Amino acid sequence: MTSLGIAEELAKKHKEISVAEFFERNKHILGFDSPTKALLTAVKEGVDNALDACEEAGILPDIHVEIRKGKRNEFKVVIEDNGPGIIKKQVPHVFGRLLYGSRFHAIRQSRGQQGIGISAAVMYGQLTTGRASTIKSKTARMDTAVTMQLMIDTKKNRSEVLKEDFFVWDGKEHGVRIEMFMEGRYVRSKQSPLEYLRGTAIVNPHASITFIEPDGLKHVFERVSEKLPDPTEEIKPHPTGIELGIFMRMLKSTDKLKVRTFLQTEFESVSYRVADEILAKAKLDRTIRVKDIDLDRGRAILDAISKVRIQAPSKECLSPIGDILIRKGLRNVLDGAKPDFYSPPITREPRVYKGNPFQVEVGIVYGGQLPREHQVQVLRFANRVPLLYQQGGCAITQAVEGMDWRRYGLDQKGGRGIPHGPAVIMVHIASTKVPFTSESKEAVANIAEIIEEVQKGLRACARRLQTHLNKKVRKKKAREKFDIVQQILPMIAEKSSELVGKPVPALGPVITQIMNVIWIDDTVEYQKKRHKITLTLYNYTPTGKKLSLYAEVPANCIDDKSFSLAPTRMRSSGKIRWDLGRIKTTEKLDITFDLKGLDKRDFDECELYVSGITAANVIGAEALPGDWDIDGEEPELAEIDPEVASAVASTELDDIPVEPEEKDEDTHPIEKEKARPDMDVIPMEEKRVKPDKNTLPKEEKKAKPDKDTAPKGEKKAKPERDTLPMGDKKARPERDTIPKEEKKVRPDKDTPRIDKRKASPDKSPPPPKKQIKSTRDKPPKKHVQSKLEGLM
Amino acid sequence: MKNEQRHKEAVKSLLKVADEIYTHLDKGHIPTMGVPSRTKTNITFNQRQMVWKLGKSKTLRSAKKLDGAYMLLRTLYMIEFIEAMIKANKSSTLREMYYISEGWDKAKFGAQDESNKLAEDLEVVTAHMREDFKLRPEEDGARVIGNITVNEKNRKGVEKKINCRDDVGDSGYSIPYNVELDKVKFGDCDVDFIIAIETGGMFDRLVENGFDEDSRAALVHLKGQPARSTRRFIKRLSEEKDVPVVVFTDGDPWSYRIFASVAFGAIKTAHISEYLATPTAQYVGITPSDIINYDLPSDKLTDKDVQALKSELTDPRFKDPFWTNEIKLQLDLKKKAEQQALAKYGLDYVTDKYLPEKLGEMGLLK
Repeated sequence: MTSLGIAEELAKKHKEISVAEFFERNKHILGFDSPTKALLTAVKEGVDNALDACEEAGILPDIHVEIRKGKRNEFKVVIEDNGPGIIKKQVPHVFGRLLYGSRFHAIRQSRGQQGIGISAAVMYGQLTTGRASTIKSKTARMDTAVTMQLMIDTKKNRSEVLKEDFFVWDGKEHGVRIEMFMEGRYVRSKQSPLEYLRGTAIVNPHASITFIEPDGLKHVFERVSEKLPDPTEEIKPHPTGIELGIFMRMLKSTDKLKVRTFLQTEFESVSYRVADEILAKAKLDRTIRVKDIDLDRGRAILDAISKVRIQAPSKECLSPIGDILIRKGLRNVLDGAKPDFYSPPITREPRVYKGNPFQVEVGIVYGGQLPREHQVQVLRFANRVPLLYQQGGCAITQAVEGMDWRRYGLDQKGGRGIPHGPAVIMVHIASTKVPFTSESKEAVANIAEIIEEVQKGLRACARRLQTHLNKKVRKKKAREKFDIVQQILPMIAEKSSELVGKPVPALGPVITQIMNVIWIDDTVEYQKKRHKITLTLYNYTPTGKKLSLYAEVPANCIDDKSFSLAPTRMRSSGKIRWDLGRIKTTEKLDITFDLKGLDKRDFDECELYVSGITAANVIGAEALPGDWDIDGEEPELAEIDPEVASAVASTELDDIPVEPEEKDEDTHPIEKEKARPDMDVIPMEEKRVKPDKNTLPKEEKKAKPDKDTAPKGEKKAKPERDTLPMGDKKARPERDTIPKEEKKVRPDKDTPRIDKRKASPDKSPPPPKKQIKSTRDKPPKKHVQSKLEGLM
Repeated sequence: MKNEQRHKEAVKSLLKVADEIYTHLDKGHIPTMGVPSRTKTNITFNQRQMVWKLGKSKTLRSAKKLDGAYMLLRTLYMIEFIEAMIKANKSSTLREMYYISEGWDKAKFGAQDESNKLAEDLEVVTAHMREDFKLRPEEDGARVIGNITVNEKNRKGVEKKINCRDDVGDSGYSIPYNVELDKVKFGDCDVDFIIAIETGGMFDRLVENGFDEDSRAALVHLKGQPARSTRRFIKRLSEEKDVPVVVFTDGDPWSYRIFASVAFGAIKTAHISEYLATPTAQYVGITPSDIINYDLPSDKLTDKDVQALKSELTDPRFKDPFWTNEIKLQLDLKKKAEQQALAKYGLDYVTDKYLPEKLGEMGLLK
């Protein structure tokens, strides 16, 4: 007691704790804190590794998982893949040593990072059962496969190989199989190996996963995409949000002399110009040397970085799943519940938090047999790995909870918290470094930039859901009106005329008054690997109507040549706009086009919007959202095949030759521009300045909408015309009201072209219409019903 | 007005309704039909007739709405049916009409309630009674026992003299659906008052106890909410023979409405209140005060009961001190009692004690 001081006494106790020992005492950090969770974590680590290995080697993953019950609480966990295999020398390191991995120092998106997962599982098994794990491995180059039994020496963080052998692996060219024994408890809850694999299948549609449960039940998640995720590239850190300590460390270790060069070479998205700008903002000389940067100057540079606009990080380091594959994945796994609606998934542009690029993807599935009374299921994913635990502590959950879902058609008490309703919300965060709250990688840390991005994605996706739901509700309401006008009204007319002994009255005017809507139908047929889309606009209002129609379809699959009516504008992002000419009362307009290169189930309905008309009077499309044009892409106008563009699909052509004035009214605005032969296709914004457009030689033809020039429309029109005398102008006494109505419609802010038209000197004033004078003749009786037949 | 004439007029009025619909269509308007609304906010007290009648507010039935369109179509079909029926000199029950609508394609009724209601609508709109349309309700068979002589024309067209005490069995004289003058006339009437009773059990109790003879009363069984013919019968008897009427029901909000329909006129039939209501009718009980005064066994008010009571507080027909106080008392008590709760004190209690006391207060029993 006397010879040694307290400090010396304590110092004797200090000794290095091996990493393995540390984790042995802190298994919860690695996700082995309960027997239930242990099974899940073991499966998860094995599968994550398998998927990463397959993808790096460019192999479509086939993964087999099996959990078998042994004595007491003992389980055998088997994970086998068809990956590249691991060479014999590496096997003990990979599976028997913590913190051994290839990805820790790379800034790129991958599932595993720290290299502790699978060896922690091996260690957990060894701790709880005392049994060794067996690893089998074969690479393409190995003649025979190797099998090894190993345990971990937790003191030394080294593996002990108990037994190794070569064997012939039947039919296996390459791959790894790991068999571990561990104490556990098998459940089928929301946090179970099955749920984990189900989630994995959603975000890895390129993988085929088989799972055999302890009771022998076999689940197979088939591969639905033959396309491997794009390989990710390693990148340098992005300057935005980088922390001072890290910045200073980088300065210390760089071999560059000048700060300017250092910024340009060691960071992503920094050009010399940007570097100069940063230095200028930091009030530092552009020739300043790295060694002259002290803490204050370093802080000044970081401040400057936050003020300079720096391009988002390159997408190359991230591998989002993409909207089409998300949809495939969700369908593959959730189709059992027969959902009504897969909201088109959203893939946001990459953003940066603390210098790390990340990208958010969101999908929502709704309806069918999904439980209506329960909370919405939130499926969280990070770098294609499902997150099952710590839902409450996860930024994704917080983003969901912080939104008012009531406006999107889900129940939510007080407008906060997880909404209720028959829906599944899926959020995927891809990042070079997903900020997990702990090493067990169960929840994404609460980072403002991430929450904001997730919410942006959720809103966009939810809005699509809402659009779909509104459409459904409104169509249902409108269907009632169809019942009235198609069935009941004719019966009322017939019965009342019978009773009073007078002829059956014409119902056209009453029908349009009752309906008083523009009805837009959207049908999609899949033929010969093409989605054939038909948009039909019916004018069931008492007056002519003019509007702009917008459709959104998946990016890069529109067949430009397939349009029956040339869009006014189109973007590769899948946004199409038509400024439509007047559709007369009781008439309809068909627009058809094709999508190519999609699987049948990748697409089932267009998102439709309108402007230039009160959206409340439109069934089947919503008001154009304010951010329609904001999608971070330069607008581009696709080239339209002139031949196709000519085939305007107005189905309704009058028997009476239309007077020239009338023609002007009805002529599509786009055609006017086509008359000017001196311009190439350019985006709209520019067009305003140079109001000319490429020529399409058929303006001549179009100006005379008689039968010869519109072969397509004419064909369709014919069979209907005879049966639809309501289209007959003579039969429309309500025509008098039209000229006023037209004036109201015209000042459409959304269509710059309209201004042009107004200014156009050759524009005649709205002509007096023949129909005005014409007559209150009644059309022949009793054809009312047939008029609307095309609809139902 | 002669019967034939009445039917003809009715058909004329009905065709006017059809013509209105036709004219709307012909002029390119959405067809509509205005129906006076039969709600408690649209009844007004008629000082001269002393009954509650329909006010002026109307609901517009329009083909713009699916329900409205269906109703208009059904209206036309019903008009056609009534016209044809009158032409063929037939009549039908409301239930038969409901079944006949099976053949009306889209116009068929979903439930008999709907067809009954539409028949009432047509009464209101045309100011004719449904009897004029040759529509009649199912047999009500409400019973009468007492020393009254009724001359009823039977189905052979022969007038039969029936004394409601001596010529009938224990179930009494059965009131036919048509009690108008051409069918029913009143002969001798030797009673001091008419007592209308809600439940069959109590009716039979009074019969068994000989209340009609002991107290010189005519007993009428209301059978719950009384049919039109029962109310018409009571009104005619009371007015023609100058006999006071009292109503004896359970002590709950629904029973007060039975009384109201006898005394003030029912909301549903407010358009013909002057035919059906007996404004001089008085309420015997069971009152909420009785529950206290006679210490009657009681049940708790249900939520629906409370709702009904509150609704009665805003019902113009109950706006008098007696009813307001009683209803408020009942809301405080949160209790209701049946007529037969009086049996607590023995089977004869109602005839020996309760009714003599209550009727004595009213000056009807000496």
